[in-house]
This record gives sequence, C-alpha cells and structure tokens, in this order.
Amino acid sequence: MNAMTEPTHFDRLSNLHLDALEEETIFILREVAAAFERPALLFSGGKDSLVMLKCAEKAFGVGRIPYPLLMIDTGHNFHEVTDFRDFRAKELGAELIVRSVEDSMARGTVRLAHPGESRNVHQSVTLLEAIDEFRFDALIGGARRDEEKARAKERIFSHRDSFGQWQPKAQRPELWTLFNTRLQPGEHFRVFPISNWTELDVWQYIEREKIALPSLYYTHKRDVVERKGLLVPVTDLTPAKEGETIESRDVRFRTVGDITCTCPVESLAANAADIVIETLAADVSERGATRMDDKTSEASMEKRKKDGYF
Amino acid sequence: MTTATKSIAAPAYSTGASSTNDTSSALRFITCGSVDDGKSTLIGRLLVDSKAVLQDQLANVSKSGEADLALFTDGLSAEREQGITIDVAYRYFATPTRKFIIGDAPGHEQYTRNMVTAASSAHAAVVLVDATKLKWNVDGLVDLLPQTRRHSLLVNLLRVPGIIFAVNKLDALGDDATAAFAKISEALQAFAQQAGITVTATIPMSALKGHNVVEATPDWCGYQGPSLLALLETLPVTAAETDVPFAFPVQWVEKFHNSADTSQGRRVFWGRVATGTVQVGDTISIHPSGQTAVVAQVVNHARVPGSIAAGHGAGITLDREVDVSRGDWLLAQVTPAADPDDEFADTPKPRAFAEATREIKATVAWMDDEPLIAGRVYLALHGHRWIKAKVKRIVHSLDINTLQEHDATEIAPNAIGHIELALQEAITAVPYAQSRVLGSLILVDTASHKTSGALLLG
Repeated sequence: MNAMTEPTHFDRLSNLHLDALEEETIFILREVAAAFERPALLFSGGKDSLVMLKCAEKAFGVGRIPYPLLMIDTGHNFHEVTDFRDFRAKELGAELIVRSVEDSMARGTVRLAHPGESRNVHQSVTLLEAIDEFRFDALIGGARRDEEKARAKERIFSHRDSFGQWQPKAQRPELWTLFNTRLQPGEHFRVFPISNWTELDVWQYIEREKIALPSLYYTHKRDVVERKGLLVPVTDLTPAKEGETIESRDVRFRTVGDITCTCPVESLAANAADIVIETLAADVSERGATRMDDKTSEASMEKRKKDGYF
Repeated sequence: MTTATKSIAAPAYSTGASSTNDTSSALRFITCGSVDDGKSTLIGRLLVDSKAVLQDQLANVSKSGEADLALFTDGLSAEREQGITIDVAYRYFATPTRKFIIGDAPGHEQYTRNMVTAASSAHAAVVLVDATKLKWNVDGLVDLLPQTRRHSLLVNLLRVPGIIFAVNKLDALGDDATAAFAKISEALQAFAQQAGITVTATIPMSALKGHNVVEATPDWCGYQGPSLLALLETLPVTAAETDVPFAFPVQWVEKFHNSADTSQGRRVFWGRVATGTVQVGDTISIHPSGQTAVVAQVVNHARVPGSIAAGHGAGITLDREVDVSRGDWLLAQVTPAADPDDEFADTPKPRAFAEATREIKATVAWMDDEPLIAGRVYLALHGHRWIKAKVKRIVHSLDINTLQEHDATEIAPNAIGHIELALQEAITAVPYAQSRVLGSLILVDTASHKTSGALLLG
C-alpha cells in the first residue's frame, strides 16, 4: 500500500503544480525554436509525446509548430499507435518524417544477432542516420527523469558529440535557465522539456487537458501469457511459448513502444481519471511493470544512451 | 473511486499570483555535503519512508532482504563501480500536501560544477554533516570539513533561501550523541555567522535508522523540533523579484504571416518576466536600441490575456513597429526616483535601472577543468543574449576555510573568486542579490564550448 492511496489524500489531490510544469515545458519548446536552426520533435504517438505536442500547440498556436515531427519506426509498433500518430500529425498540419529500422537493415547498417532480436536498441542507428540526413541540430524527446536511474541524471539540454554519444561524466553544468546551446559541427543536442514530470503528472495533465490517446492506453481484452511476472501480449511477433497458457484478460498499456518489449498491466481503467487513481495506488514503476528489455542489466539504459539512444 | 476523481477539477489559471508561502507549488531542494556523509542514504530514507519507492525499485537495491538505501540514486555505472555520486540525480516524491523535486548533488570537490547546477534552481538546501568524521580539538571544538564549508558558501552565494544543516550518523556515537550534536551545532553556527549565512534549522539525524527524517524523534540529542520532511513541507518557495522594475529578456519572436493575424498587427515577443510586472499601457524601452514603445497586449505562457508577474512566461505585443530580436531586453522606462522630500508623493516609484554598462564586477564560481585566466575572452550569456566577455582582472580568490580573500592570477577549478570583466556590448546590470535573472551570467569557453563559469554580479 502506498501512502498516497490513503483516502484523505484523494480529496486534496491538487493539480495546481501542472501549471508550473506546463510553463517550464513551453519555455523550453520555445527556446529550442529560437536557439537551433534545424530542430525536430521526436513523436511516437505515445502519451509523453502527445503531452509534449499539446504544450507545443499552446506554445506556438495551432498549426504553427515550427519543427517537423520525427518518428523512428522499428516496424514492430502497435498499429493503433502509428495510426494515431498519423492522425494527430495531419490534424495539426505538422510535417511528419518517418525513418525505419528496416531501411537501416536493408542498407546493412543494422544487423540483428538473430531474427527474433528486439529492434528497440537498433533505433539508435536509424536515429543517427536521420540526424545525418536532415542535419538536425536538436532533437526534442519526451523522456522523463522519473522513468529510470540514468534518465534521472540527464540535463534538460543534453549535449551529444559527433558520434551521437552522451558523456555522463562530462555533462555541461546547467545553471538557472541559461542554456548553453553552443555546438561544434556534427554535434547535436537532445532536449527534454518534460524532464520534471512524473507518470502521475502526465496522467493528471491528460485528464485536465482532455488529451486524446491511442485506445491501447485504456482497458481492453487481450490475449496474454504470464512470463517472469509480466503479462506478455500474444502477437505474431511474441507468440506463446510451449507450455504457456493463453488467457484473455482486461489490460491496458502504461507505456507503448516496440511490441517485442512492451507489456500491458491488468486494469479496468477506462479513462484518464481512472488511471490517475490507479497510478496513485501503483506499487510497481512504469518500467518495472512493462519493459522486458530493461531487466537485463542495471546499466542497460545508460549504455544505450551512450550509444546514441534517446 | 468516483468520488475521488471528482476532486481532480481543473483549476483556473491565476496570473500574477505571488508564489511566496505557496505550499501547493513543488519545492525543489538539494542535498549536499561531503562524500559519504550519507546524502544518498538520506534520499533513500525519504523515498522509502514517504512510500515513494515502488516494489520493483526496492527489489533492485535489496540484498538478502535489506535495502541499501544509497543505491536508489546512483544511476550511472561509474557511480556504482566507485560508490560515489558523479552527477546530480533528480528524484520526485509527494506527500499529501506537497510535491518535491530533489537534486541529489555530488560531494566530491571534482564535481562541484554539478552541485552548482543543482543549487541554481533550488528553493532549499540540506547540507549533510557527518558527525563521525569530525576531528575533536583539545579545546573541545570541532573543525568542519572543507566540502561542508564549500557547499554552504555556494548555496548561500546562489541565494538558496532555506539552508538546513542535517547532522547525520549521530546514532553511531551512542551516549556521546547529545554532546556531539551540541558541539557540532556550535561550530556550524559560528561558521554560518562568519560567512553571513542564515540557517533555517540544524537537525540531528540518522538517515540509516530514520531518526528525524520523516518522523520526528522527540528528545533525541536534545532536539524538539520538526522532522526534516515536516520542515520541508512548510518552507516557502522562492519569492519572485517584484520590487525591481519590469525587465524581460526576449526569448523568441513570433511573426505572423497570416493576414487574419494582422488585426493584432504585430509580432509577439515571448519570454519569461525577469523582474517586476507588465500590463497593457506600460511604457517600455528596448535595450540595446534605446527605442521606446507602449505595451499593447500581454498574454500568459498559454496565450491567455492578463498582467504577468516576475517568474512567469509572457507574450508581449507593442503599439508600434520597432526592431526587437531575440536577446534584446524590454525594460521599464527609466523613471526618476521619487523625491524623498516630496511629502505629496503618494506612491513610491520603483528604483530606476542604472545606465547599461560594459564594465562588470562579479563573483565567479569556476567549473571548468582549466583555470580561469586574466586576459582571456569567453562567451557570456545574459538572459538570451550572447556577448563576448574579457577577463580584465582577477580581484581575489576566496579561501573557503578561512574565508580570507587572496591575491590570485587565476581561479582554479571549483574555486570561488571575484573578477572584473569588459563586455563587447553593454548590459543592464543589477546585483544578483536583487535579481537572479538580471544579475547572473554564464561564461562559455570559446574553444571547447564548455560551460566554464557562473557569474553573480556584485
């Protein structure tokens, strides 16, 4: 039981702090528009990037987001999410650039160790290729510091060298809101406007602003198997193993990513307000409940970020 | 469940509300102090005892059933290898009354720059003091560790308003704990007085056992005050600087090409109000061009009209076409100060800004691995404006142990000093003590592009 689930807390649950978070996010989105020549906003159609997009709409006005949206597609995304991504981009009149890991595989720049390997980590290669292709100098990402220990360490304006690498020991000091955006040729920045948001803040904001999300975020029946304490969706890419029992359960996704490494949680939550309540009561973190790939090593995210992952 | 969801109502956005004593705002605080003083353990204790840590995270740091509290925060593999904190980790937790953002700052002198990073945005600082590590002199007094002094000086220099000394590991001293706490408090008080630091509280603590962290432990070490968390729940967030005239660094200029927008007529200047307030009808001058104009419209960060106070985002349109670009400042038009002998002056006018200057004096916190050298040119950022800055003279560097000022030819990495600079273009300079935004700059190395120094105008 979490202290925050005590009934008295619900009556006092405030969302006033969302104003300050939104204001900070908009300030950063505008700073990127002003300080860089060729920025892009990483947009997956997931809840964090939809929150950023909502803030961008407020920052620049509807139909005026001054940078393209960029999606790195593993080819293993839920169609509900990619459909929603296309719908939102069109609705906003934003330019959407999609680059796919499969194209990198065709070029030979991505080689899988075995056909069933998760393509999630290989997104870094495709992303760096897209940065080269469009000469992007800043990529805005929806990462939050509460997600994971390596992310908790990252600056809002995070410098990347010409190999796209994060150097955690040599991060630039970030004083007040004086952001040092100076670059050498070939370098770029990753910028995280929602660094200070938590999963709960995101859901409270979605609830307050009535932000539409892909249907996967809300309760639905799905065939799953239980594996190492996680609910693994049964799909063509992630079939049940021998001896596993397929069950139809009421589930929702707390995070949506590559099908091969994203798991749903059991839930009957049908709207954002229900999810706010569930998030308050949750006793397992977003990543702990949903990600297969982070469990392999304590340092897996840090290693991937050093390799250019966002 | 349904009754609970009803309480989550969307609040009306209030413009110009003072943030002082607003406990609904998130409190940003840092933990600092020397290596192994128990910072990471304290944060682990705060997170576990306030039940902000989730089961999978607890399982990750538990060996044979006992959680190693320090492991929550050291997220880099180099940190786990060495058992030290290299960079700031930001952590989030909430109690029923407040949301908190913790910046867990590193203790090593080598990583002072990261501690300064965390302190620059903090409302409070918890300086940990390890009671077991202090040397007892023959006269019964204790010497503080250099990092305790350095970090206290830095948080005070950066004007972090709430400074709390947490005297940790007192449980390890057994029966001597009460006497030790009294002596250490005395030493901290003497140092704070000498350095001009106002201390919010000095709390005896055991982060390991949880004494006075989340729950108060009455009478322990003769202390009757609140627990650290109870204290943090009541601290005010930093008050915005409204007693300085209006100043606004232009962050981004929005241009309208759509004919439908020409009814508004002009470009919108976006940014965050540094000091004072702004409303329609105010006359402003534009720095550096010196032109003047009248404010035609003010909207908040989300495009809702109103008057905007310091610390908040605003979009401003002017009543005439004037040349304004990113990096310029909109400033309250200089009005002469009220005549002190004029007994009919009903409202005291805010003090006018001094003339813009190309010569500045500043305290510097140096963060580069290379020392600061007199004669070198750096890039300086003031608001959103980049200016070249030449170090004319190093006035002195500060000995953090004795607080004596020494003649110096360079400022070493992680040192604090006082310098004079010549700027390529004039700035409206206000002492950091009056305005964090107008009174602060960063210095960036022209070759490496590293953020090398933090300047606080004197």
